[in-house]
Amino acid sequence: MAPALRLAAALLALAGPALAQPARDSLTIGITQYPSTFHPNIDAMVAKSYVAGFTLRPLTAYAPDWQPTCLFCETLPTIENGLAVRETAANGRPGLRLTYRLREGLRWGDGTPITGEDLRFAWEAGRNDATGFGAAEFYRSAYELIVVDARTITLRFDKVTFDFASVGDFKPLPAHVDRARWEADPRAYRTRTAYDTETTNPAIWNGPYRIAAVQPGAGVTLERNPLWGGAAPAFRRIQIRTVENTAALEAQLLAGQIDMIAGELGLPIDQAAALQRRTGDRFRFEYHPGLIYEHLDINHDHPALGDRRVRQALLMALDRAQIVARLFDGRQPVAHSSVNPLDPMHAEDVRQWPHDPARAAALLDEAGWRRGPDGIRRNAAGDRLSIELMTTAGNRSREQVQQVLQAQWRAAGIETRIRNEPPRVFFAETLSRRRFQGAALFAWISAPESVPRTTLHSDEIPRAERNWSGQNFGGYRNPELDALLEALPEELDPDERRQMFARLQAIYSRELPVLPLWFRSDAHIWPTWLEGVRPTGHLNPSTLWAEEWRVRP
Amino acid sequence: MAGAALILRRLAQIAITLAILSFAAYMLIGLMPGDPIDLALIGDPRLTAGDAARLRALHGLDQPLLARYAAWAASVLRGEFGYSRLFAVPVADVLWPALRSSLALLGGALAIAATGGVALGVLAAARPRSAGFVDAIAVIGQAMPSFWLGILLIILFAVTLGWLPAGGSAEDGGSALRFLVLPVATLAIANVAAYARHTAAAMTATLTEPWIRTARAKGASRTRVLWRHAFPNAAVPILTLAALDAGALVSGAVVTETLFARPGMGKLIFDAIMGNDYNLALVALLLVALVTMLATLAADLAQRALDPRLA
Repeated sequence: MAPALRLAAALLALAGPALAQPARDSLTIGITQYPSTFHPNIDAMVAKSYVAGFTLRPLTAYAPDWQPTCLFCETLPTIENGLAVRETAANGRPGLRLTYRLREGLRWGDGTPITGEDLRFAWEAGRNDATGFGAAEFYRSAYELIVVDARTITLRFDKVTFDFASVGDFKPLPAHVDRARWEADPRAYRTRTAYDTETTNPAIWNGPYRIAAVQPGAGVTLERNPLWGGAAPAFRRIQIRTVENTAALEAQLLAGQIDMIAGELGLPIDQAAALQRRTGDRFRFEYHPGLIYEHLDINHDHPALGDRRVRQALLMALDRAQIVARLFDGRQPVAHSSVNPLDPMHAEDVRQWPHDPARAAALLDEAGWRRGPDGIRRNAAGDRLSIELMTTAGNRSREQVQQVLQAQWRAAGIETRIRNEPPRVFFAETLSRRRFQGAALFAWISAPESVPRTTLHSDEIPRAERNWSGQNFGGYRNPELDALLEALPEELDPDERRQMFARLQAIYSRELPVLPLWFRSDAHIWPTWLEGVRPTGHLNPSTLWAEEWRVRP
Repeated sequence: MAGAALILRRLAQIAITLAILSFAAYMLIGLMPGDPIDLALIGDPRLTAGDAARLRALHGLDQPLLARYAAWAASVLRGEFGYSRLFAVPVADVLWPALRSSLALLGGALAIAATGGVALGVLAAARPRSAGFVDAIAVIGQAMPSFWLGILLIILFAVTLGWLPAGGSAEDGGSALRFLVLPVATLAIANVAAYARHTAAAMTATLTEPWIRTARAKGASRTRVLWRHAFPNAAVPILTLAALDAGALVSGAVVTETLFARPGMGKLIFDAIMGNDYNLALVALLLVALVTMLATLAADLAQRALDPRLA
């Protein structure tokens, strides 16, 4: 199916312009995924986050400038303002006590005030394993929630981490609607919640918009929430249409059926760039770098790849800047470590490995891999420098990149064998059981100021005795890095933390536990009459600030 | 009496086939490497190994496959089809909208394809000089992939002329037909060839039969000879083709549904299998199998009615 639809995309590129007459009090957005549930805490999906940004607000979020900010709270707790207090937790370890005060006038869509009881319900449901919420570390570590008054809560944590104020994506749940269903049977709550059985009930939404209609698998219709207390949103109605195939999505944009394509779930960069070239100034395009980090995981048990000099040579043999320029229209920043340049913890002086075939050759010679008669390098024992390069089958972009990597490594005397697998086999079997023999091309999604413990700490190497848990698939071990990864989350002083992040990036860029490629960018495509959309590039979508979206006068 | 026995025997065969099919499908889905929780681990940086183990237990993915199948089969025999794991709603709530969409799309397309194909096939048989023209249409229809044809229709009628929507489905019932035109045309053109070729072959053979010559000798009109005498005798292979196509009515058309962004059975079944949504995938697959087998039975009965020698 995929090649057929790819050809369809190419054909669509030949299409001419369409006539469109958008209505200015409504906005139609195209995205490529449909939410599997509308409950904010069950299953993490980008499509759900995107819709929830219009309709539900968390206590805090990372703003478009990547700094944590209050959405429903009045003030972010800090040690300095006294809303965060160090204490000894119930388990005897260092802990934290945080106090949040809800903004005045917050209401659910039926007029019921949002109170600490709604936060207590969300917390109780999250702490109960039977409820089936996804990531549960926040609920585990927040071992006590005290409702001080209707608008004030105190949370007690059994650990100290620098990102304490952001409290994950903790958000109130409508206790007056859902608590009785949850208490009746927590195990069945995920199928009985009003978010999926009464999705158009205004009482479960609290954002500037509420869901007014659902077209299963096809779209969601939003209408203004008349009880929203913040700035009034510009559009009376927002239609979010799901079009999974990007060629069809592009066709609907050109035909005027949709006004914009969300960058969070839209066209791949190369398709967006081609569309921009064809349509000129008919739409506004913004390419926003994000936290999706494309890289090559390296199997450190490989006889050659365990040698740092070989990894450095592999990276210098690649012309990543040229690959980005040719395949992605130059729209994606080349990565030099796992820390995104937009991240406040990014170190400007991180070591870089520009394309340098001569230095790559010298390093390989030094490591004992010399060119043989067929151009492929061999060590003293006569073993060929041959690595297997794997990625997710069917991902056209990665398969193209693979071809270029193979050619550039071939020029450096490195033999590359390509072997691809469907994503579920690749991730669930080959990577997690460390069955890849050389390099694996895929992406990590992270968050601002993310500490890469799960992917780099030696405790996180998947092993049979740990039931293959952990994501250090390459098997990288570095005691210095381990110590840093353990100390970093507990460092509350931002300046000290910046130093530690700089150290982490220095080790990363020198040792190259994985080979950094680039950070993926989102292609946001807007009508020329729309303004105020602020792409974030991280897990909090632009829709969390939808009330700022305006029709250009 | 013989007809009733046939029906009872065939219904028993259908029940056994469905039971075997459900077991085979459940095992095949269950034996696929990995599960959705593995993929979720890659997509959600906050999900820990402990979360994954907890979610697997909650979804029953940590149980042996045979035990899970036994529990599922027991529920189905009690008439409980369960909840879709992917959509968090009862299976029927996901299935029926998709089924309605596929029935509208494929029902329309197959009706047009059958009507047009039969007309073209009869034309080719009745007027041999037009056979080349019909052959050309059949070859073009059969050779042109639906994604290619679909995108050409979108470019012409939606993007360039702006007459019809490029895809999606109507939010209200008012303009639903406009959204159906292009996908129905795409599928109908692709399917018309098979009906035209089968009809032309069957009619050409039938028109050479001695009893057709007799009918003509008795002074029957050309129309009467074609439609009253020849067509019922040529209809047996067309009925077989239609019966096989009946399964497609409920199994959807993945490429066309994806290209025109219509949520239908094809895409639903694909997503359910890939997402290990056993309840949804099995009910959908069994529904497809049941409709196909019932349609085949109906075709057999119709063939016996048309040709008593088969009874």
